[in-house]
Amino acid sequence: MRERAVPLLLFAALAAAPFLGFGEGYALTLLARAMILGMAAVGLALLVGGAGLVSLGHAATLGVGAYAVVALDANGIVEGALVLPVAIGAAALFALATGAVSLRTSGVHFIMITLAFGQMAFFTASSLAAYGGDDGYTLYARTELGGTRLLEDRLVFHYACLGLLALVFLFCRAALAARFGRVLRAARENPLRVRAVGFDPYPYRLLACVIAGAIGGLSGVLLANATEFVAPSYLSWQRSGELLFMVILGGLGSLHGAILGALAYVLLEEWLSHLTEHWRMVFGPLLVLSVLFFRGGLAGLLAPRRR
Amino acid sequence: MSAELLLVQALNGLQFGVLLFLVAAGLTLVFGVMDFINLAHGVQYMLGAYFGATLAAATGSFWLGLLLALPAALAAGLALELLVFRHLYGRDHLAQVLATFGVILFLNEGVKLAWGAAPLQMPVPPLLEGGVALMPGLQYPVYRLAILAAGLATALLLWVLVDRTRAGMLVRAGATHPDIVAALGVDIRRLFLLVFAFGAMLAGFAGAMAAPVLSVEPGMGDAPLILAFVVIVIGGIGSIRGAFVASLLVGLMDTLGRAALPDLLRLFLAPSPARQAGAAIASMLVYILMAAVLAVRPAGLFPARAG
Repeated sequence: MRERAVPLLLFAALAAAPFLGFGEGYALTLLARAMILGMAAVGLALLVGGAGLVSLGHAATLGVGAYAVVALDANGIVEGALVLPVAIGAAALFALATGAVSLRTSGVHFIMITLAFGQMAFFTASSLAAYGGDDGYTLYARTELGGTRLLEDRLVFHYACLGLLALVFLFCRAALAARFGRVLRAARENPLRVRAVGFDPYPYRLLACVIAGAIGGLSGVLLANATEFVAPSYLSWQRSGELLFMVILGGLGSLHGAILGALAYVLLEEWLSHLTEHWRMVFGPLLVLSVLFFRGGLAGLLAPRRR
Repeated sequence: MSAELLLVQALNGLQFGVLLFLVAAGLTLVFGVMDFINLAHGVQYMLGAYFGATLAAATGSFWLGLLLALPAALAAGLALELLVFRHLYGRDHLAQVLATFGVILFLNEGVKLAWGAAPLQMPVPPLLEGGVALMPGLQYPVYRLAILAAGLATALLLWVLVDRTRAGMLVRAGATHPDIVAALGVDIRRLFLLVFAFGAMLAGFAGAMAAPVLSVEPGMGDAPLILAFVVIVIGGIGSIRGAFVASLLVGLMDTLGRAALPDLLRLFLAPSPARQAGAAIASMLVYILMAAVLAVRPAGLFPARAG
């Protein structure tokens, strides 16, 4: 029961948020940011929690999506029906190419090679002088939907993010429950046995990379739209670390944990940065403590105790 | 590019390489012996630079500053090991990545709080000021040659320690067969504390030596950290020899690439795009090298752990 109740409650709360005192422009912006990062975190959770593949370069897929928006914007193309598939496709392709190489390794080497690919993407982005280089690129306007400027409306944008987040969440949950997900999880626990029963984990893992990459591309598009600004810092390895932290903070065992983690992360960051300019002094130790003592994550707190 | 410039850039590359080696040596031993990913190794380098600059300013002597920075860096390493890292040895790599990421956030911000965000300067000692003529009409700073010499001397010392002493034998054994070493009655935790503290001191030494030629600022350890990871992955995790070869390779490739690629590309491209593409490819070069090495030899060039 609770497995379903927590995500349902979470989505209901996000849907009601604009009418529960979060209707202010700034609060909505913050929530949208949390939902967008939550979306990327759900994709990463599929990879880390589901397949056991720890990627330290996931921010690159967001960056590919965001820079696809920029590239199209620079050429005067802002139609969502075109922007979305191009951005998602580009991010998926990036994930396919990097995943195909990265998956030849495992464990620590996988972490390092994803970090390396992330850094490559970062340096590529900062060398794109046509799109502002290190300084970033300011979008002329948000992506249009069918020629209309619907997304300019904060409330519409809020629900668009929420709807896509729900879609991504349901898709990933279904994927994890399907045979695809079972093979992934089995290969995480014991690749040898999975091979012995006749499954090659490689194509399944590669598909997981591609799915996570496509989701990263989608959240990159939304992130670019939320801030109407794209910079290479979107792809920094610190951002990849933050995404991993969201997944862990929420709890590896469940996908909605990633959303909870992103919400907690964004709100905590916001709250702490109001308290002190040096909020990272507090945030860093919190991260360390949560890794050391808070193994089940937020979702673990809300889940029924097993045994 | 002229032969003189090539020589200067090659010397710069070697100097960068030996600094990288000092950072990577500790990292690869810690990684090899305890299977522990320490992202916070870069802040040891940063702390070394800050200690060196501050102590040199306080004592009025570069040499005293450098000398005192070593025990200070050692103490910082010991404190981190006892407070945080000790509790992470049994955990998975994901937990280690995140917790040490938290330490980076904390210390980067802590340094900003303690010393301010503005870069510190550390003067070059009078003894090593000025340049030396490598060729008629070609001056090269003495201090940079001194860094190169000190780095090579430290590498030699490290080789003697690891290859010719009892403690070094234990470290080598610990890197390849930690369980057997523990079973033979060696306190592997104490061995690790030793390795860890020594690695922290080496990184601190690198930071303090680099301080006069770089700007000492918060976050200055992040870039060397990632490059040091590239180095140990290329060289083979746990292998000092591999780290040495890979450091020089990475240092040379990075420096020469940045200097030569824009010129090389100008043979095919117009000057402006050649400069941009050259800079982008140059900053990606070492990551491409790492991805290529991993794809061909997943265990690195000199794997420490056979089989």
